[in-house]
Amino acid sequence: MEAAMDNIAIVGVAQTKYERRKRDKTYYDLVYEMTRAVLDDSGLTLEDIDNVVTVSNDFLDGRTISSMAVGEAAGAHDKNISTVEGDGAFGAFYGAMRVLGGFKTTLVVAHSKGSEGDLKHVTNGMFDPVYQRLLGLEAISSSAIQANVYMDRYGISEEAFALVSVKNHGNAMNNPYAQMPMSLSVEDVMKSRRIADPIKLLDCSPVSDGAAAVIIANEKYARKAKTKPVWIRGIAHCAEEYFIGDRDLAVPKSLRNASKRAYTMAGITDPFNSFDVVELYDAFSYMEPLWLEGLGFCDPGQGPKLLENGITLMSGKLPVNPSGGLLSGHALLVAGLARIVESTLQLRGEAGARQVEGAKTALAHGINGPCGQSHCVWVLSAEE
Amino acid sequence: MARSVAIVGVGQTDHKSHRPDVNGREMIYEAVKKALDDCELSIKQIDAVVIGNMDHFESINYVDTWSVEGSGAFMKPIMKITTGGTTGASVAIAAYYHVASGLFDKVLAIGWEKNSESDTTGAIITCSDPIWDRFSYSGAIPSLATEASAYMKQYGATQADAARVAVRDRNHALNNPHAHLRTPITVEDVMASPMLAYPIKLLDVCPRSDGAVAAIFAGDGVAQKITSKPAWVEACSVRHTYTWFGDVDYNEGLVSLQRASREAYEIVGIKSPADELDVAELYLPYSYAGLKWIEDLGFCVPGEGPKFIHDGHTDMGGKIPVNPSGGVISTNCIGATALLRVAEAAIQVMGKAGQRQVPDVRRALATGFGGCFWSDVLILGAKRP
Repeated sequence: MEAAMDNIAIVGVAQTKYERRKRDKTYYDLVYEMTRAVLDDSGLTLEDIDNVVTVSNDFLDGRTISSMAVGEAAGAHDKNISTVEGDGAFGAFYGAMRVLGGFKTTLVVAHSKGSEGDLKHVTNGMFDPVYQRLLGLEAISSSAIQANVYMDRYGISEEAFALVSVKNHGNAMNNPYAQMPMSLSVEDVMKSRRIADPIKLLDCSPVSDGAAAVIIANEKYARKAKTKPVWIRGIAHCAEEYFIGDRDLAVPKSLRNASKRAYTMAGITDPFNSFDVVELYDAFSYMEPLWLEGLGFCDPGQGPKLLENGITLMSGKLPVNPSGGLLSGHALLVAGLARIVESTLQLRGEAGARQVEGAKTALAHGINGPCGQSHCVWVLSAEE
Repeated sequence: MARSVAIVGVGQTDHKSHRPDVNGREMIYEAVKKALDDCELSIKQIDAVVIGNMDHFESINYVDTWSVEGSGAFMKPIMKITTGGTTGASVAIAAYYHVASGLFDKVLAIGWEKNSESDTTGAIITCSDPIWDRFSYSGAIPSLATEASAYMKQYGATQADAARVAVRDRNHALNNPHAHLRTPITVEDVMASPMLAYPIKLLDVCPRSDGAVAAIFAGDGVAQKITSKPAWVEACSVRHTYTWFGDVDYNEGLVSLQRASREAYEIVGIKSPADELDVAELYLPYSYAGLKWIEDLGFCVPGEGPKFIHDGHTDMGGKIPVNPSGGVISTNCIGATALLRVAEAAIQVMGKAGQRQVPDVRRALATGFGGCFWSDVLILGAKRP
């Protein structure tokens, strides 16, 4: 079914600093800045871009046809354009398909201003209006349910999750774009305000304003760009059941499915020994070990051991979230695209103080829907 | 163009103003099941799903992950595409690129809307910029009323000219068992209907419908095994040109449609569209569009739209029948509407249009409209490109 993919690469990346509130910028401004920045990064001109994919969400923006507000800012005047409503990793997936399907280059740009509006209402809108919304289910409370199922299934402690927050906030101290670089102890996390058991304040990602962009190019335009191309080796996504009560929340089967397909495309059979760096979607601390299991880096229930044994530290064999992850900065919709941006910087050797030395193969990851109902996995390589 | 792609099966609900018997996911399932039955595939054989609607209408966030049991996307890749009124065409184009990329062989495209569950005007108002546009242009009608007034002034077209377009589309719907409005109207009926925003009257404009449509796209080598008459996608072109209503120059014509159609015609080698196309399913949300936008499509020169209509060229049996399905004026389930144009064009090419079939269709045109005077254009053909 899936034939060998043509060579396509990420040739431009850009992201804003993630902040609690970008008071002086509309999202139109953010999209314009990222479009300018990603063009500058790539060395390509607006004329080299023959199509655009914007990523936005009507609830987040408080506007229907949210794409309308940003089309021109994204450089799409008189160009072919489309819009994915969902995490930026999925938007970039569509951008990649458009290059494989005949365009020379796709510019993908995502924006989010979580400071404008109430994310609890926005995420409450994911749930069934008749049976679930009145319960007050939203992103945090539903994730708490998943965390509880995961802990109960495998006997995992809250402290194990706290270690993830300590690591990622600490990693963020090397990332100039991060919103919350912090030097924490497990005790700091355990003492932080309880939001929805077992999730405490320091187990949660913040709500950020931000934007990011990438340019995906065919081989010819990858040569034209001034950057070292980062080749897209495998991409896949998959969705499981809608009602969280129908799912086994401790077993991320859609992630298992997506990662297997992405690995097969990339010719990877042993993920644990094939990647140098991972940027995954840690909206909450418990998600990091859970997604590592879904990604096949360890057996079910063994996710927390990867950190306990030092493997996923910056000094370990498989650093996870050198950027500090979502725990250190989370602009909804942008976050998955930002994982692709960070992975690209790693593979170019441009990640500054957060660089994983000699990184050649990276994994980037985004999610859609409650409790990671849908996962998008990217395998990126510095080598052709 | 990377890999040739065709539509091999189509299914749609019977569109109505209210479907209280189904929730959104059930309504989507109806269309999906019909599409699968149309080409004798099972949902297991679908590799990916693309879905679109305008989420502010039903107020459901993350419609793609919500839809899974109804859309059939369980344990498959699904993504949501949303671009206002053009959504259905953007969904079709996304399905096309899923297959053209070589990553997927068979992709299900779904457009749907349950307008009975929405405050449509309340929602659509929010598409306008809150500072620059919202106080002048709120809702779908005002900007169209401006366009119509400017056109009448520029070329001397009349309200009765436009009414003739509504009459045509409503008459065509009598042949379409799925259409929402299936009673004929006369020019007198249109002229006597209440004025909404000059010069647009109630019968000049589309209804709100509950409905869903699904189309299955398959790649070269696969499509031919599914059906003997695939509808090949020969070109797709999009221009979502404006962000602010204040930037639109109403004396220039529908610029996005001019540019998108030119690009599509160039890809296919069409020089004289009204002669070289056999049928057109056009997204005409109101009657004046039927006079004006056929000029932007190059069917006739600017100002000649009314004459082209009056001469019967766009009626069934005419040179270039427009909207054999009854078009948007007969059925408007918004997220589905542009995909319905693509699906109806495909049905024409596949020879499955029953009573609304135009004979010997080799090439069909489908358009989408929405947002800030945006346009999408697809050309489908009987011959693989």
